[in-house]
Amino acid sequence: MAARTLYDKLWDDHVVRSEDDGTALLYIDRHLVHEVTSPQAFEGLRIAGRKPWRTSSILAVPDHNVPTTDRSVGIEDPVSRLQVETLDNNCREFGLTEFDMSDVRQGIVHVIGPEQGATLPGMTVVCGDSHTSTHGAFGALAFGIGTSEVEHVLATQCLLQNKSKNMLVSVDGRVPEGVTAKDIVLAIIGELGTAGGTGYAIEFGGDAIRALSMEGRMTVCNMAIEAGARAGMVAVDATTIEYVQNRPYAPQGEMLDRAIESWQQLHTDKDAVFDKLVHIDAATIRPQVTWGTSPEMVVAVDAKVPDPDTVDDHVKADGMRKALAYMGLEAGTPINEIPVDKVFIGSCTNSRIEDLRAAAKVARGRKVADNIKLALVVPGSGLVKQQAEAEGLDKVYVEAGLEWREPGCSMCLAMNADRLEPGERCASTSNRNFEGRQGQGGRTHLLSPAMAAAAAVAGHFVDVNDLMSDN
Amino acid sequence: MQAFTRHTGIVAALDRPNVDTDAIIPKQYLKSIKRSGFGPNAFDDWRYLDEGAPDIDNSTRRVNPDFILNQQPYDKATILLGRENFGCGSSREHAVWALTDFGFRSVIAPSFADIFFNNSFKNGLLPIALDAAIIDGLFDKVENEKGVEFTVDLESQTVTAGVDVYSFEIDDFRKYCMLNGYDDIGLTLQHAELIRAYEQDRKQKAPWLF
Repeated sequence: MAARTLYDKLWDDHVVRSEDDGTALLYIDRHLVHEVTSPQAFEGLRIAGRKPWRTSSILAVPDHNVPTTDRSVGIEDPVSRLQVETLDNNCREFGLTEFDMSDVRQGIVHVIGPEQGATLPGMTVVCGDSHTSTHGAFGALAFGIGTSEVEHVLATQCLLQNKSKNMLVSVDGRVPEGVTAKDIVLAIIGELGTAGGTGYAIEFGGDAIRALSMEGRMTVCNMAIEAGARAGMVAVDATTIEYVQNRPYAPQGEMLDRAIESWQQLHTDKDAVFDKLVHIDAATIRPQVTWGTSPEMVVAVDAKVPDPDTVDDHVKADGMRKALAYMGLEAGTPINEIPVDKVFIGSCTNSRIEDLRAAAKVARGRKVADNIKLALVVPGSGLVKQQAEAEGLDKVYVEAGLEWREPGCSMCLAMNADRLEPGERCASTSNRNFEGRQGQGGRTHLLSPAMAAAAAVAGHFVDVNDLMSDN
Repeated sequence: MQAFTRHTGIVAALDRPNVDTDAIIPKQYLKSIKRSGFGPNAFDDWRYLDEGAPDIDNSTRRVNPDFILNQQPYDKATILLGRENFGCGSSREHAVWALTDFGFRSVIAPSFADIFFNNSFKNGLLPIALDAAIIDGLFDKVENEKGVEFTVDLESQTVTAGVDVYSFEIDDFRKYCMLNGYDDIGLTLQHAELIRAYEQDRKQKAPWLF
């Protein structure tokens, strides 16, 4: 057989049949479900008199609408409450596993899948959520789908798909001190552009990716979609296998041995050919901060806000001017002089234990600056929260003046009560800096958890290395 | 799904790249558990000067007179002309539902985000990708002639703008489903035996997945 990429292998393993034009019927192993993109799909099933094809493939959790404050009082907003109750009712009616709002295992869907071992190497994983690319960190083919496709997977366990092209993004060498997975992926998006990965499945490789923990790899794959690629992935290695073992949904004993043998094939063959190759020198990556309203609008923390007048492409320059106007920024302003109003540490990009440790390391023994109106830390799941509390991280945050909350999507997209007011500027560890994303008129700057904690302490963006060396 | 064969309508131009699905339909409207009713809130943050919510009557809100879809005759537009990477960001199909509920039947742009592109086909909204240079020309046409209409013909895979006719590409299977308005779940279930056979085979090879 010809040499294949990791993506080729995952694809080939799941094709049920192909149309003449190449459209394939692809089998789905794991279907993650949340409350926002599923109600219309379940309603569609009911109207057509259909049932889920394989209920054991489904894991459901409410995450977008859930409050991050006291859960015992329920959800105050009646519209949010109805959506969460609708998920509860649909799971009950169709016999699906759900971690409801009172379950300690509840959390952001892209955090709990891997945490439970429900995401495994070699799987196809889908969810009605674009950040499903996260699960590709396990050597899985994982991508976000729309609600019609959610209904299609529920009814048939399959999806009609066209194969993407193959791209390798290789981050070679070692990153400098203070540079995290988030900085790596923001730098990649800065290089590729938000549409650079459109039509591609991206495999992330190179020494700097191999050196990342599973948490770090999830952060990188999570944001593949911000470069336009539906799927991002990392080959299976010892780090992957170590992480997967002993999790509730993962195979055990002899079955695990068989699985590991199979998972060891989940890498790109030596002579396989990619349609596009991108090399990035890890040593050149600095801590990153976005300045605009698209994740590609990103620079190093020691750089300045770019000037649209220096850009020849009129569509791009015009987009930059609109972004600067929305963000209330002048070209040429040093990034580390921009003051911040709120800080958000959380989201499916950066709410895992490693992220919370990194931010706590910066917050420890320091205080949130006076100009910060609110600094939130929202763990990715109830189990991440438990772990963090066992390590005393909650106390570090609270002593520094950050609020320690219940798990959920929270201010990443402000579907619950956590949000920005018009004009407020936020240092956020989430994934999208779109207009209005964190609240109408809100201004979002994306950065790593350590950099967010540093901004909370300084009251403005600052290189975390400078902050740490000052004390 | 509503079939798409041939459509002629007014073209509204949205001259900015990377129009994301958060902009097409802001998050507060995603709390709905229905598929319909999103049209009045399409491009909500750009269309109104005050903030909206699912329980606010849009007729009481301050309309932004500068936004294209608030101006006649573009409030009756059925074809949307956009720039690069249209529909990027979130997978929310609500973005497509908002556009179709507003009355759009087709979006023409140099490029689309993958998930939005897929979602469009499931709802009878035809996304058409044309060269950036052609799109530049189409923007000129729309700017120079108020209320200009284009014709989109799926059978012949053409966009007609005045005397100019442009061809576009589309996968055969998508074209077939769209021309006939087919529900693709029904089509897939015709292969139920094949899916079961695949599962049997897979259970032998990778039993830990079941």
